[in-house]
Amino acid sequence: MSKPKFVYVTFIRTTPQKLWSALTDRDFTKQYWFGVHHETDWKTGSPWKLVFADGRVADAGEIVESNPPRRLVIKWRNEFKPELRAEGYSRCTIDVEPVNGAVKLTILHEIDAPGSKLIEAVSGGWPLILSNLKSLLETGKVVFENKPAAA
Amino acid sequence: MDAVFKALADASRRELLDRLRAESGQTLNELCTRLDMTRQAVSKHLAILEDANLVVTLRRGREKLHHLNPVPIHEIGERWIGKFEHSRLQALSDLKKALEAGEA
Repeated sequence: MSKPKFVYVTFIRTTPQKLWSALTDRDFTKQYWFGVHHETDWKTGSPWKLVFADGRVADAGEIVESNPPRRLVIKWRNEFKPELRAEGYSRCTIDVEPVNGAVKLTILHEIDAPGSKLIEAVSGGWPLILSNLKSLLETGKVVFENKPAAA
Repeated sequence: MDAVFKALADASRRELLDRLRAESGQTLNELCTRLDMTRQAVSKHLAILEDANLVVTLRRGREKLHHLNPVPIHEIGERWIGKFEHSRLQALSDLKKALEAGEA
């Protein structure tokens, strides 16, 4: 069996540069990521953190590869749930590719821990984030301001 | 969105999506061994699912691995389900699952 991973693809009517800004701009990120923001300078080798509105660190790691506006690879570990933190580092690859006047956004998130709970957790979160991001870029509005009650 | 509905309007293709949901990242061969369909039919169905963005393929060496991409289905849900209806629909769905599990 291959290692736990998921891959999500969405097409957004925008430009690679605008999508890159949306992915990396601190204030913009907060609008579609339920108040969470990134703390990093987005350079290859730099530390990276995902921080809750109250200042707690959700996830942390390192920017493994940064190639604006095309590719971002993040070494990613959960920091606030001990059982997820114990799984160690996952790898999140974000690819941005122009396709017929739109942009194809691919999120690939994988880890070497069999039966990973981290992958299960992030796989539930990404579709909401992607919908919000798509909607915000295409219409200027988010779909969900607050995260819907957990399923 | 037409491509998504067309792709979903077929039991064999829904079965393929179920298999990929159970185990993400399968090759065409892996999918064929567990299904009562010809390789050619599976390949054709996968192409339709890929066109609808319901299946995404990644290369691993010479192999092509198929993954379920739930984003288009999420977008359908979002279009017709209001943001305050989620918890009530979830409660209904949980009730249905609990009652039907008892019958099995």
